Amino acid sequence: MNTEAATIDSAYVREAPHPDTAAIQALGFWIYLMSDLVLFAAIFATYAVLRGNYAGGPSGRELFDLPYTVVETMLLLFSSSSCGLGMLAAYRGRKNPVLIWFGVTFLLGLGFIFMEINEFHTMIVAGNGPARSGFLSAFFTLVGSHGAHVCAGLLWMAVMIGQMTAKGLTPPVRSRLMRLSMFWHFLDIVWVGVFTIVYLMGSI
Amino acid sequence: MERILPIDDSGAGQGSLRSYLTGFILSVLLSLIAFGTVMTGRVSAPAASAIVIFAAVVQVLVHLRFFLHLNASSAWRWNVLALIFTGVIMFLFVGGTLWIMFHLNQRLM
Repeated sequence: MNTEAATIDSAYVREAPHPDTAAIQALGFWIYLMSDLVLFAAIFATYAVLRGNYAGGPSGRELFDLPYTVVETMLLLFSSSSCGLGMLAAYRGRKNPVLIWFGVTFLLGLGFIFMEINEFHTMIVAGNGPARSGFLSAFFTLVGSHGAHVCAGLLWMAVMIGQMTAKGLTPPVRSRLMRLSMFWHFLDIVWVGVFTIVYLMGSI
Repeated sequence: MERILPIDDSGAGQGSLRSYLTGFILSVLLSLIAFGTVMTGRVSAPAASAIVIFAAVVQVLVHLRFFLHLNASSAWRWNVLALIFTGVIMFLFVGGTLWIMFHLNQRLM
């Protein structure tokens, strides 16, 4: 009888969520972010090798419009802050402010992507697409990879806004929001590398 | 109905309004310093490169500290260790690539 009860108890314990689940998932996600950083390191290394191979095409100095990049950077910095404010509201369990802040973050991120697509479009239409030179291949790969990550982040954010509306701020939803915010801040850090090495170093 | 449970303090550590505002102001300032240095063009090229790289390194640290709330406490040990390990890998990747490729380039000149 006692043994049976103990078995049922331990089965129940196994089903119950581990108290550190969110912490373990956050560490696992952090490890993923680090592996993504290694991917970016490889692309940065490729860019650094090819950055001078213009093949008679335009150089970064001729192509880059720095004020435009400043606006892109500000969009991302503002979005990182609004994402942080969203997380503060999430810790307090207040749903509406969370929805508003993540909505703002989403729009800022969308603005960034639109500006980037517009920049790529302008370059490609002018005949300076990725096929023009080694430098441009590396440029589109590096900046495009960051942009693809931002797009994935936006998709994730849209899903989370949907989950919050449907389920409310349940512990699993908050745990996912926390990882989303880690992802978003991480993309901002990668962008610091991109604007420094590609846009600024390319314009000096 | 919303349940309010204490959320754990790991992962993207719990920030405060102050930490996000500090991070935001510092990162905007550092970005503007970097862009300003290049856009005004008053500084010589090597000095401008040095300023821009220094600003970027500080800005990455600001983001890690104030946005991701990374610190030296024991709860963060594994995150920091993984970051340091990744830093070593990145150094080998980027440093090794540049070393080999530019050396090869010189020899083939």
